[in-house]
Amino acid sequence: MVEVSTKSAAPPQAATEAVLQAVNLTKRYGAAVAVDNLNLTVARGEVFGLLGPNGAGKTTTILMLLGLTEPTSGMVRVLGLDPARDPLAVKARVGYLPDAVGFYDELSARDNLSYIARLNGLPRATAQQRIRTAIDRMGLSEVIDRPVGTFSRGMRQRLGVAELLLKEPEIIIMDEPTLGLDPEAAQGFLRLIRDLKHDGITILLSSHLLHQVQAVCDRVGLFSHGRMMISGTVAELAQRILGGGYRIVVEASGDQRAIKSALLALPGVKKIEAAEREQFVIVGDRDLRADAASAVVGVGGGLVGLDVEAPSLDEIYATYFKEATNGANA
Amino acid sequence: MAQTLELPSQSAPVETSTRGRRGSPWTGLWAVVGKEMADHLSSVRMQILEVLILLTAVGAVYAVMQNVRQTVSQDPFIFLRLFTTARDPFPAFVGFLSFLVPLIAIAISFDAINGEFSRRTMSRVLAQPIYRDALLLGKFLAGLFTLSLVLTAIWLLIMGMGILGLGLPPNGEEVARSLIFLVATIFYGGIWLALGMVFSTIFRQPATAALAGLSVWLFFTIFWGMVTSLLARTLSPVTYGFPEEILRQLQTEQAISRLSPNTLYVEATLGILNPAVRSFGILLPSQLEGAVVGAPLPLAQSILLMWPQLTGLIAATILLFALAYVLFQRQEIRA
Repeated sequence: MVEVSTKSAAPPQAATEAVLQAVNLTKRYGAAVAVDNLNLTVARGEVFGLLGPNGAGKTTTILMLLGLTEPTSGMVRVLGLDPARDPLAVKARVGYLPDAVGFYDELSARDNLSYIARLNGLPRATAQQRIRTAIDRMGLSEVIDRPVGTFSRGMRQRLGVAELLLKEPEIIIMDEPTLGLDPEAAQGFLRLIRDLKHDGITILLSSHLLHQVQAVCDRVGLFSHGRMMISGTVAELAQRILGGGYRIVVEASGDQRAIKSALLALPGVKKIEAAEREQFVIVGDRDLRADAASAVVGVGGGLVGLDVEAPSLDEIYATYFKEATNGANA
Repeated sequence: MAQTLELPSQSAPVETSTRGRRGSPWTGLWAVVGKEMADHLSSVRMQILEVLILLTAVGAVYAVMQNVRQTVSQDPFIFLRLFTTARDPFPAFVGFLSFLVPLIAIAISFDAINGEFSRRTMSRVLAQPIYRDALLLGKFLAGLFTLSLVLTAIWLLIMGMGILGLGLPPNGEEVARSLIFLVATIFYGGIWLALGMVFSTIFRQPATAALAGLSVWLFFTIFWGMVTSLLARTLSPVTYGFPEEILRQLQTEQAISRLSPNTLYVEATLGILNPAVRSFGILLPSQLEGAVVGAPLPLAQSILLMWPQLTGLIAATILLFALAYVLFQRQEIRA
């Protein structure tokens, strides 16, 4: 809310190659449409968040991207490959962390991972070493030989990520990764996602926990009833749905009317919401703090305080779905 | 490819081509087999069943020893008697196996597929670079190998106890006959293994799958005999009491009873372990003309006699596995 991540405001490196792509992707179960004409492109190195209520078709989309479910129609390309035709090549390079990840409870963490390493055809020595590294990185080295049955939800989740690291994937797909984690563990997990992004891994995650998505995702897509309603960076969405989104609170002493008109004249300012007792709330399409400051100083006012509220995904989400339902009812 | 990626929404509808998957369907098969076998061999439920079979084998052999020691010198197939002789209160070892083997096989396989779902490991495992084929076949083979391992160990144990107890080595024909018996037993187990997998694919609850498997087993063990005679009486009734009618009814009854894997197994083991058996059906006096009753058949003739039963067991195993395979391939992965 308060802190603006420069990452989420910056546009994604659009020039880079698209590693995940869905074109007019549709999945029907009998008469029910789970995914309806989905179009989605994720560029290399991006963190993309699929947002939507439960049952919106997020998991089905993910399964189609992995080739675990066949699309009814449409096209999917993962790293340029068709997951329905070439699932082995796709699955060798894409890591998947399902929601509520499960392990063989009676086996130790190490045995669980070495089974996965064997399924991936890793040579024994490589596997041993990678398991060690991945477990260490996830902070599970003390429990490596304990049965997974004794693990907490957060530890299982980290073991799930250790398994992903084992494959050294180019893309990681996570389904509701922070669901059921306590706040501290969830924060740790978000840090981890940022680390993975730094390693150059493309990440697609689905969630309905908006704060968390906003904290890590470069771009998000709002999902509802099998349709991708709208997608872009959080700032773009705020722009389109809230008509602006950055709320800048300026506290200034001096000629209030002059200051107000100077602020209104700034490019990018949509409106001034409240003006009371030397305080102005400007709604703008970007972070206008610097401009506002110089405007206040320019008309001879004294700048007392300056603050910015970044647009929140909660607000966008609520507004969007309210508009969507109103539109449907009208 | 790279050019079309830029404008995803504008591109014309593209059909998904799902024909011809790339990569071998058996990638990762041996990883699955290894893991599953390790699971089976270390699981408590397997160990309980192994102890059960072991006790049975020791009991049966001990009982037989009491019986046959006196006749060692006259009987050319004394080792085969170890498997087939019943002595109160012990039934023959073969009889024990005919109902213990299904139990083991069902115990191994009833949670093969649905267990992965309930532990939520299915999507994680299938997200690895393997096909579903490898997972299912791997699980089946692991079950079959485990069964083979246990049965072979017990076979060796019985032979060993026989050598110690009787004080003479088995001859070649005895070894050959009992090995074929071993193969028949393994495939008899294979049928129930595949059946367990079918149920574990159909039912999401492992308990339901186990019950379904056990019901089928009970049905064939206890009720099939009654059903058979009832059906035979309905299908070929004896109206006037002619010998032809009675014969036809008996033949119908036998044909129906052979739909049961138990019948196939019992006939197959009888044919191979008892060299004196020359037919499973009714023998008319005309067929016995010139035969020395009780004279043993040569090995090749015994094999010929039980061949249909043996292939029947193998075929049923393959058919049931194919059914499980089709069901599993069509299953949605999300729970």
